[in-house]
Amino acid sequence: MATTTSAPARPERRRRLRRLTRADKIVLAVFIGVPTFLHVFLIWVPTVGSVVLSFSSWDGISPLDQLEWVASQNYEQIFTIYPDFWPAVRNNVIWLVFFLIVPTTIALLLAYLLDKNLTGTRFYQSAIFVPVVLSAALVGFIWELIYKDETGLLNNVIRSTVNSDFHRQWLAESGNLYAVLIAASWRHIGYVMILFLAGLKSVDPAQREAAALDGANEWQIFRHVIFPALAPVNVVVLVVTVIESLRAFDIVFVINKGRNGLELVSVLIYDNVVGEASRIGYGSALAVILLIITMIAVLPYLYRTFREELPQ
Amino acid sequence: MARRPSPLYLPRTSGLSLSRRSVLRGLAIGGGLAAVPGLAACGERGESSDDSSSGGGTTTSLGSNFSDEVPKAALAASIAAFTESEGIDVDVNTVEHEQFQEQITRYLGSGPDDVWSWFAGYRMRYFAAQGFAGDLTGLWSDTLDDQYTDAFKQASTGDDGNQYFVPFYNYPWAVFYRKSLFEEKGYDIPTTLDDFEALCKEMESDGLQPLAFADQEGWPAMGTFDAINFRQNGYDFHVALMAGEESWDSDEVKGVFETWRDRIMPYQTPVDEALGLDWLDVAPEFVQKKAGMFYLGMFVGQAFTKEEDREDLDFFPFPEITPEYGQDTIDAPIDGFAMAADPDDQETAEKLLAWFGSAAGQEAYLAEDPNNVAANSDADTSNYNNLQKKAVELIGSVDNITQFLDRDTDPSFASTVMISSIQDFLKAPDDIDSICASIQEQAAAIFDS
Repeated sequence: MATTTSAPARPERRRRLRRLTRADKIVLAVFIGVPTFLHVFLIWVPTVGSVVLSFSSWDGISPLDQLEWVASQNYEQIFTIYPDFWPAVRNNVIWLVFFLIVPTTIALLLAYLLDKNLTGTRFYQSAIFVPVVLSAALVGFIWELIYKDETGLLNNVIRSTVNSDFHRQWLAESGNLYAVLIAASWRHIGYVMILFLAGLKSVDPAQREAAALDGANEWQIFRHVIFPALAPVNVVVLVVTVIESLRAFDIVFVINKGRNGLELVSVLIYDNVVGEASRIGYGSALAVILLIITMIAVLPYLYRTFREELPQ
Repeated sequence: MARRPSPLYLPRTSGLSLSRRSVLRGLAIGGGLAAVPGLAACGERGESSDDSSSGGGTTTSLGSNFSDEVPKAALAASIAAFTESEGIDVDVNTVEHEQFQEQITRYLGSGPDDVWSWFAGYRMRYFAAQGFAGDLTGLWSDTLDDQYTDAFKQASTGDDGNQYFVPFYNYPWAVFYRKSLFEEKGYDIPTTLDDFEALCKEMESDGLQPLAFADQEGWPAMGTFDAINFRQNGYDFHVALMAGEESWDSDEVKGVFETWRDRIMPYQTPVDEALGLDWLDVAPEFVQKKAGMFYLGMFVGQAFTKEEDREDLDFFPFPEITPEYGQDTIDAPIDGFAMAADPDDQETAEKLLAWFGSAAGQEAYLAEDPNNVAANSDADTSNYNNLQKKAVELIGSVDNITQFLDRDTDPSFASTVMISSIQDFLKAPDDIDSICASIQEQAAAIFDS
């Protein structure tokens, strides 16, 4: 900053700085210094560390000065001989697409209905939002009870109503990913709904009325007035959904440790990094791959936001 | 929910028990994770309460994974007896069983307690070879040597021929059955795979599920693989294979999967179901006599809540496949203790280890936790229940004891490769060739690095 300021601005800045008391400067230093330190130490150091380690074969035990560099071997092995990798990527992609479409649409619909101030709106709001309060691990546990074959709620309902011989291991047979996605959506819907609801509250009712006076029907109002007004919220929802999809972990881990059709990249990272005799280099390479995927999804949004915020 | 092949698996009623140290350690580890190895070291050093660095003090420390209620109380009882007889206090630092296992690398790297609980076999040798376990050869030659069978000594010996481990107890894997069911239907105990298959067919025609099987957790199937492998290819092949010296793409390994597919799998709980069940889910079928047999560790007894049902439980070793090898090997994982490479007080640490290795120390433990059998040959077995007595007999009668797949091989190989590969095999039993090729590719990558 300082280097680019033009000559007349200089004394101006000095005067401003001089106006700050000693205490002000200390406060400023602490307020900027502490977050910066935390940010650098908790985010940048581990990130760069992971990237560096991903080119090594570190096992978490050997002294770091004897680190063996293996160039891109970890990446090559992940892409070629790790049988769980591509299924995990595929599952992550399915997760992302499903999350972008299903829970988001349902959440928008619910938010729209609740915004109409139906009787009991507050009750519905709370009821739908409750799962968000639960940890994903707990959600996994709850749905495990629902999906169990012999004792599970779902199969017993089916057996007592439709087909008394019905048996299905929802969480073990092929297609179990979708069973899990429904469970995860149950939680995600509440979250997204609240975001949309907040957005809808901020839409100026006058716009709606004006459109109605012009003879627009409900769908047209939504499509051409309300939805465009929701644009900032939509972006938030998009980013939240992308992040939630890519970092999904706890729910599948609780169900079956993320195996047998429920592989996710995050689970593979855990399998390799945590645990005895850890393959930290290998796991770091997986983490870097996930980081890149996340960046691809989130960077355009960040770029846009920052470009708007930066002074011209 | 996590259910591990804990040798002392008990329903986890009490759950976590965290001391201040373990919380600190957990924080250090959780915060550091992969990228900041330096952090892990912060929480640990300089905590030992003992001033004397040479030996002869009155306290020692123990890092324990005996976190479940019953084992924890049993270990406390054994330690209390030790403190009484030796006048040495033990600072026990208990960490939840699975957490202990997962964090072992960082735990050992950041200055462990003087004595730490661990497993015999490759899992021990691996850390011993890295210099994380104290040499106990002296302790063995002074006191333990004539109290243990060779198999136990071998399981306590590192790659360099020195001992690094003191066995505490073990338990066998075997085919469990209910005596009353076998009597009622007139079944005979099979000793060969042919007899076994015939028995399974008989059970099928009696409307039973011959062999209960569950593999949601991934590890129970490893037991079946082990059993077929050392029956069909012998103990030596098993050891070489686990060490990465034999190819997973070999005809021998393919043969194991083929035997499994053709002669065992048809009688097991169908794979679709088994992959969605953990062993405690399928155990009721066995308890209720809907399933005839269950190949599992002795901890299967924990599924029997009624005493008379427990008394009815019996087992026989996995049937013979290749006559040359007979039934000379069993999986009987050993749990025990190791010493820190650089203990604060070696003398007291060795005293504690000597106690854990002694018959008296193990008896004091087993009095409270009768789900295992003492490792020491001199331990008093007169108080054992029937199952324990039979376990002792079986363990004493075989030539070779293995430790279970995930304890006999590189742990990262077992957890990241074998669990999913065996599950892949279960789902597609006709893809043996491609599955074996994939295992071998990954094994080569892991064992060569």
